[in-house]
Amino acid sequence: MSGLRVLVGCKRVIDYAVKIRVKPDKTGVLTDGVKHSLNPFDEIAIEEAIRLKEKNIASEIIAVSCGPPQCQEVLRTAMAMGADKAIHVEVDPATYNGMQPMHVAKILAKIAQENKIDLVLVGKQAIDDDANQTGQYMASLLDWPQATCASKIEKTDGELKVVKEIDGGLETVRVKLPAVVSVDLRLNEPRYATLPNIMKAKKKPLEKKKPEDYGVDMKATHQVLSVEEPAVRQAGVKVETVEELVKKLKEQGLIPS
Amino acid sequence: MNLFRGKISTEEILPFPEVLTPTQAEELQMLLDPCAKFFEEKNDALKNDALEKIDDATMEGLKELGAFGLQVPQHLGKYPCGLGLNNTQYARLGEIIGAHDLGLSITLGAHQSIGFKGILLFGNKQQKEKYLPLLAAGKTIAAFCLTEPTSGSDASSIRTQAIPSPDGKHYILNGSKIWISNGGLAEIFTVFAQTPVISDDGETKNKVTAFIVERSFGGVSNGPSEKKMGIKASNTTEVFFEDVKVPVENVLGGVGGGFKVAMNILNNGRFGMAAALSGTMKSCIAKAVEHAGSRSQFGRTISSFGAIQEKIARMTMLQYVTESMAYMLSANMDQGSTEFQIEAAISKVFASEAAWYCADEAIQVLGGMGFMRECGLERVLRDIRIFRIFEGTNDILRLFVALTGIQYAGRSLKQLQQALKNPAANMGTLLGVGAKRARRMVGISSGPSLIEHVHPDLKESADKTARAVEEFGGTIEDLLMKFNKNIVEEQFVLKRVADSAIDIYAMVSVLSRTSRSLNKNLASKEHEKLICDVWCDEASERIKQNLSQASSTKAHKNFEKLSKISKQVVTHGGTYAVHPIGF
Repeated sequence: MSGLRVLVGCKRVIDYAVKIRVKPDKTGVLTDGVKHSLNPFDEIAIEEAIRLKEKNIASEIIAVSCGPPQCQEVLRTAMAMGADKAIHVEVDPATYNGMQPMHVAKILAKIAQENKIDLVLVGKQAIDDDANQTGQYMASLLDWPQATCASKIEKTDGELKVVKEIDGGLETVRVKLPAVVSVDLRLNEPRYATLPNIMKAKKKPLEKKKPEDYGVDMKATHQVLSVEEPAVRQAGVKVETVEELVKKLKEQGLIPS
Repeated sequence: MNLFRGKISTEEILPFPEVLTPTQAEELQMLLDPCAKFFEEKNDALKNDALEKIDDATMEGLKELGAFGLQVPQHLGKYPCGLGLNNTQYARLGEIIGAHDLGLSITLGAHQSIGFKGILLFGNKQQKEKYLPLLAAGKTIAAFCLTEPTSGSDASSIRTQAIPSPDGKHYILNGSKIWISNGGLAEIFTVFAQTPVISDDGETKNKVTAFIVERSFGGVSNGPSEKKMGIKASNTTEVFFEDVKVPVENVLGGVGGGFKVAMNILNNGRFGMAAALSGTMKSCIAKAVEHAGSRSQFGRTISSFGAIQEKIARMTMLQYVTESMAYMLSANMDQGSTEFQIEAAISKVFASEAAWYCADEAIQVLGGMGFMRECGLERVLRDIRIFRIFEGTNDILRLFVALTGIQYAGRSLKQLQQALKNPAANMGTLLGVGAKRARRMVGISSGPSLIEHVHPDLKESADKTARAVEEFGGTIEDLLMKFNKNIVEEQFVLKRVADSAIDIYAMVSVLSRTSRSLNKNLASKEHEKLICDVWCDEASERIKQNLSQASSTKAHKNFEKLSKISKQVVTHGGTYAVHPIGF
């Protein structure tokens, strides 16, 4: 059997180091001029795909991203790391605001079928909406087995042995291929894209598509009513002496008087 | 250069040159983040400083990253090679490195900015294909070997010898070099040595020749790593050559062409310093601002005090000027300009002094905190000090700027003298020059006009710059009349000429960049205009003072006195004045 064809979902998210600010009209968070990068869990998924390829288990890695034109940046990153080609499914800004994991799952499922994919790797969640749904939806849509939150992936004959961390221990599941696997933090440590590989990635093929190409209706199923910042912590009081501290604590009824 | 004739040739500097194609800009943008991430997450500058070498893991990481071959073409013959960056792209990445770790920046710079730059600039096809692929991958490290114990700024006085072997197949290289960056790490050395050359009149004379020397040739060794004030992470050693057999095909840039090779490498390497240091200054400013905005004294954050505000504003201006110069220069080089040595020297002098000021003032803003090692600024201060010394000391570069310019102006003055010999036939020339001088004398300046090239909001600054250029040209002319060839010996004067030239180039760079920002309606345009206004105003005042000192009799008397003071102290071997308490 020839190597696996691997599809990896690559979401473009606000960079983990950015301090998130809510839009004044509370319809979402500010994204203009804010640094974005590849969702760290998807980065782990790409890394795992590359390692499978390096072990001759995978034969081709396709990275896919759904969203505005800037998504091509994260796809270039994925290709600089080692993905062979990329598909960008361009979603216009208005539609993108209402895009949900189900939409993405439908698109990715279609791409998986069209490209005769054996294994879909996605991050267990994106660090912006923390939905943790896309992988599961996809498995269901494709009627493929799934293994979620993988912290170790091993290939055995026609199957994958996937270890996941659960409360108080590890759970090992076996899935038949084709399958969908969502990956967790401790699966691997992603490599840095080297500068020469970044230059080379420019020459790798990046296919541009639209949701219509996959017959997916992008109508919003949810409506965001309000996005709010977490409550600001109340200011504390500074006390000069231990006596004063004890007095204050007694006043507040926090220690018996 | 035309500056020295009281003119400005605007085509290279106005509007601010933009050389990156959309593709190159996109490439560069993609490289920035991974590069910055590497330095933020993988490299520890303080650790490298303490280890006095680059941490092994970082070194391996840098090689993987591709940082050792930034400007080597992507393909050489059949080999995949470096990144093929142009000067502007290189400068921008250098800025990131400079912002994080200057010791490491020197290691990379000594390797590719001077170490193997000679092969890149002057190497033939075989030399390039043989050496560059390994060098670009960091599999071999390069070093530039010019300086010797008795030959620093006076590079043509080197004593290392390369004598042809009797069979004519080799040169036998003997000599020693000091303060060689990467001396202990390098496998490939660009070495400058005296070789006997038979001149046209049949006499044999020593001329400098450049060689590519491999450590594996045998006879190459190095001393222990030097203990230094700063850039400790970079390796500096003596390098010894003892009967090293260098194949004749390893001559670089022709026999006897070594001096030209050396100067070209250094000129080509200097532009990167301004960019790297503009990054250093940026991180100094960030640290100062973070502290000033949060530290509270006397019930106010210290950033609300004028004393701190002036420091922050001045640091910001200097960074802006340095950055403007750096990218104007790199763009000019990318446009194929070959006459950039004065500008490169100016940017090196300016950047190294501006960076020193910035690091020093950042420490002052942080007070005791800035003095502590943990803060990271003391390391930066130590690291920066060398930039005023190496790759041409600032003092020598000032003379270079002044004299190269004056020489150029002198040639055009000669034409004028020719014209004077036959006034009737050259009436036009004479009238033009005469009118210019007369106008200057009565203080009306028609000057070189800049206003049509800059944004209307900068008219005042443009006028000040134009006036400075004209006054400068006039002073040069006067100095040439007064001193003629002896100007070479007037270093007190030349320093002031150079300082004025530096200030003018800074003004023009800023005008050009700020114009661009105003024209493009950038978010920071008003901020930049403030910087431009203050910079041009203060610079024009400095220039007035420097030029008047350069030509005034009163100042010259002081110069004579200063010279005398120095001579007395030197003769005495230290301070000479009798102690105030008598013993």
